[in-house]
Amino acid sequence: MATATAFDVTAIRADFPILGTTVHGKPLVYLDNAATTQKPRQVLQVLADYYESSNANVHRGVHYLSGRASDLFDLARDRIARFIGAADSKEVVFTRNATEGINLVAQSWGRANVAAGDEVLISAMEHHSNIVPWQLLCAEKGASLRVIPMSDAGELDLEAFGRLLGPRTKIVAVTALSNVLGTVNPLADMIQAAHAAGAVVLVDGAQAAYHLPVHVQALDCDFFVLTGHKLYGPTGIGVLYGKAARLEAMPPWQGGGDMISSVTFERSTWNVLPYKFEAGTPNISGAIGLGAAVDYVTSVGMERIQAYEQELLAYGTEALRTVPGLVLVGTAARKASILSFVMDGIHPHDLGTIVDREGVAIRTGHHCAQPVMDRLGIPATARASLAMYNTREEIDALVSALHTARKVFG
Amino acid sequence: MSSLTDLYQEVILDHNRRPRNFRVIDPATATQQGYNPLCGDRLTLYLTVADGRITDAAFQGSGCAISKASASLMTEAIKGRTVDEARALFDQFHQMITSPPDSPLPEMGKLAVLSGVRDFPTRVKCAGLAWHTLKAAVSDQPDGPVTTE
Repeated sequence: MATATAFDVTAIRADFPILGTTVHGKPLVYLDNAATTQKPRQVLQVLADYYESSNANVHRGVHYLSGRASDLFDLARDRIARFIGAADSKEVVFTRNATEGINLVAQSWGRANVAAGDEVLISAMEHHSNIVPWQLLCAEKGASLRVIPMSDAGELDLEAFGRLLGPRTKIVAVTALSNVLGTVNPLADMIQAAHAAGAVVLVDGAQAAYHLPVHVQALDCDFFVLTGHKLYGPTGIGVLYGKAARLEAMPPWQGGGDMISSVTFERSTWNVLPYKFEAGTPNISGAIGLGAAVDYVTSVGMERIQAYEQELLAYGTEALRTVPGLVLVGTAARKASILSFVMDGIHPHDLGTIVDREGVAIRTGHHCAQPVMDRLGIPATARASLAMYNTREEIDALVSALHTARKVFG
Repeated sequence: MSSLTDLYQEVILDHNRRPRNFRVIDPATATQQGYNPLCGDRLTLYLTVADGRITDAAFQGSGCAISKASASLMTEAIKGRTVDEARALFDQFHQMITSPPDSPLPEMGKLAVLSGVRDFPTRVKCAGLAWHTLKAAVSDQPDGPVTTE
């Protein structure tokens, strides 16, 4: 393999304890990374260390431990800001996950800026989390939800996008990378066009964050959301990036401690960014864990991860095409390492059970993207999503398990 | 640990390939939709009930082998039975697919081919979908579509 010297996947695998386990007596082949990635020892250790030696609440104690926890928490924010290319750490708001980030924007920015007759523009390949918050907003405000169509291969129709953009378009909310199809969308062009039409842009980066280098300033998006657990970090922690001027102008979303500057029964005033949007005790260990995950990914190198995953994608695409009766779903020219497929005569759910018995973990179903299934006229797909620790041998194991499924079904 | 061939027995694969009573009854005395939101399986169950007896049963829909075979076998099993007998059969079937592995199985005749499901907890809802739909179809208080969630 050409990159054997450049990318030491064996060393990387050694960092992920769970990859050494067995399932049904077979070595675990974990190909469900689009659902959640596994966690390296470097993250697990930081979580244990935090609770063993630094646990305290942040930003309110004068005692030693509170100061230490606060420092670690703030440092994590700085690391994440650097990782996504934000101009300032105050533009990084901690959330529970990407979904919460989108809801925050829909409820805070949306309620203040979207009125009856306005339009919210999303795409045909969005995850439910980038559909439903906008439906709720549109229903409340009497605004309309418009959808950028896509081709059978899973590529957005950019001409239609141009036509859909208009003076009523208040916000374009689009995924950087489809969780079902693997499509990488041409965000820079889309953001430029949206801005030219006077619209604000939110990018759903839940999938992109672990597959591609992200630089929010270069993209020039107004908002960007990601989730920690798909970026080799803990569950329950996510990030909303917003341009400082946008976040400053937005009203708070949730009220409580930490997000205020002063409180009386007559009125309260809001804390500065990013705390204005972080009511209540945050997920301190989660944020610190995500900071460690970002450090880990940076130490491996996002460009190198991307190059390795592209090799895996090419190998996996060819390997799956050799399986009789298998049809790949999502064949965009620009793709990340997500391989959705259906098999003639075998429902994805049955495939999932059969390959699981071979130790191979894939996702089956509609992947929280029912409109994608409807658009393609299929009820469900099987999906193998590859991360930096996966190998060609694991793809071979999947292919072999699919042959087993064919044998079972005769 | 149970093997795949316990789950995917030949009878199940046969009913998946050639589902019995896979048609519409029009007009039916009862029509009920069932949906498994977890995996997207959908089916519509049609019943003809006369004097408290199910004289015809059929279904349409899409789903995995387990859900399709279960629906197919169910329509065969309930045809000719009274509504009360069908309800009792639901209880027995439900007990069979949710009982702990290695516990004794109720006498279920041909439906026993689906007993392997109890060793695959993630697939219990697939086998149960048609039966929950049946339960709703013969319920005294009809409601909207049934879901397994």
